Amino acid sequence: MTAESVSTVSAERRTPKIVTPRRPAGTVYRGREGMWSWVLHRITGVAIYFFLLVHILDTSLVRVSPEAYNAVINSYKTPIMGLGEIALVAAIGLHALNGLRIIAIDFTGFGTRHQKAMFWVAIGLWVVLLAGFVPRQLMHIFGGA
Amino acid sequence: MSNAVMDKPAVPEVIPSFTATLIIRRFDPEVDDEPRWQDFDVEVYPTDRVLDALHKIKWEQDGSLTFRRSCAHGVCGSDAMRINGRNRLACKTLIKDLDISKPIYVEAIKGLPLEKDLIVDMEPFFESYRQINPFLMAGATKDGKERKQSPVERARFDDTTKCILCAACTSSCPVFWTDGQYFGPAAIVNAHRFIFDSRDEGAGVRLDILNDKEGVWRCRTTFNCSEACPRGIEVTKAIAEVKQAIMRGKA
Repeated sequence: MTAESVSTVSAERRTPKIVTPRRPAGTVYRGREGMWSWVLHRITGVAIYFFLLVHILDTSLVRVSPEAYNAVINSYKTPIMGLGEIALVAAIGLHALNGLRIIAIDFTGFGTRHQKAMFWVAIGLWVVLLAGFVPRQLMHIFGGA
Repeated sequence: MSNAVMDKPAVPEVIPSFTATLIIRRFDPEVDDEPRWQDFDVEVYPTDRVLDALHKIKWEQDGSLTFRRSCAHGVCGSDAMRINGRNRLACKTLIKDLDISKPIYVEAIKGLPLEKDLIVDMEPFFESYRQINPFLMAGATKDGKERKQSPVERARFDDTTKCILCAACTSSCPVFWTDGQYFGPAAIVNAHRFIFDSRDEGAGVRLDILNDKEGVWRCRTTFNCSEACPRGIEVTKAIAEVKQAIMRGKA
């Protein structure tokens, strides 16, 4: 009885104060170009690492068995793998262009002052790169050429 | 706030106020298992800062709200907190400069142990600061007179003398969040201040301390620190200069 009433009172007292917890871990830090370029660099870097791992394995297969190598390479000539190649070129292109930006940041005072502009230049060059590659690759996959 | 009465007679018109909603991440270690969000509606003026709104809440609505502040004018570096997801000094952030159509999120800085509400344990931060020898390391001069320095030599490290040790930079760094062993931007900034000081003789010692896997090489140039610094120090640039000094083997 006493315990019950105490809990009711404390619940009543606390109810108006407590709002439904929204992300108790805190909000996502709102970093700008520098932070997001680092996030993209890390994601593409890890993805490229796993690609290289598989790439070294499939290439070294030719020493073991040329027939097995041919079978694996033929399995890459499917539309799914073709789309995967687009993702691969996109990741490597972004990692390479942003990598040049990071080199400029690490070695020049100019780089630290103009890192935001350099990020957008890298994105611009990346879009041009993909604009040249993606249509040709899509024709290659779906045009049957 | 108490001076407002003095200002009013000159302009008799009513200064418009508006209602701002602050959503504050509260944590009381004696009651809460984990932090919770609580919202407050505060009547504020366009000239009010986030710190004024926090004062109003503490003085008029909920006295248990806990935060640090001392000078309240951007010099002491006590009230660094995360305002709308970015590290800012509450005393240098005008509410009208934020998007007031939405609630204002206020939470403690990230990466340091949360003690209560907006207060974190700053000890790991100051421990890194102490490790880089933040004092002039120099023997006695030959003639017993002052150490002379040209304006050009002084300008070399002027930017990094502005640090107020508020921890806004260090607690904005993604590397520091995940790896508390990293010295962090503030310690490197204060090392930079002495490494490039022509009167100091301890540059080699400090470069040795920072030439570590938890030293300057942990920096991933995310520029969060440079964006967060309330004194406008080019933090990432200072870190890059220390990296280059280590590579060249001299300041």
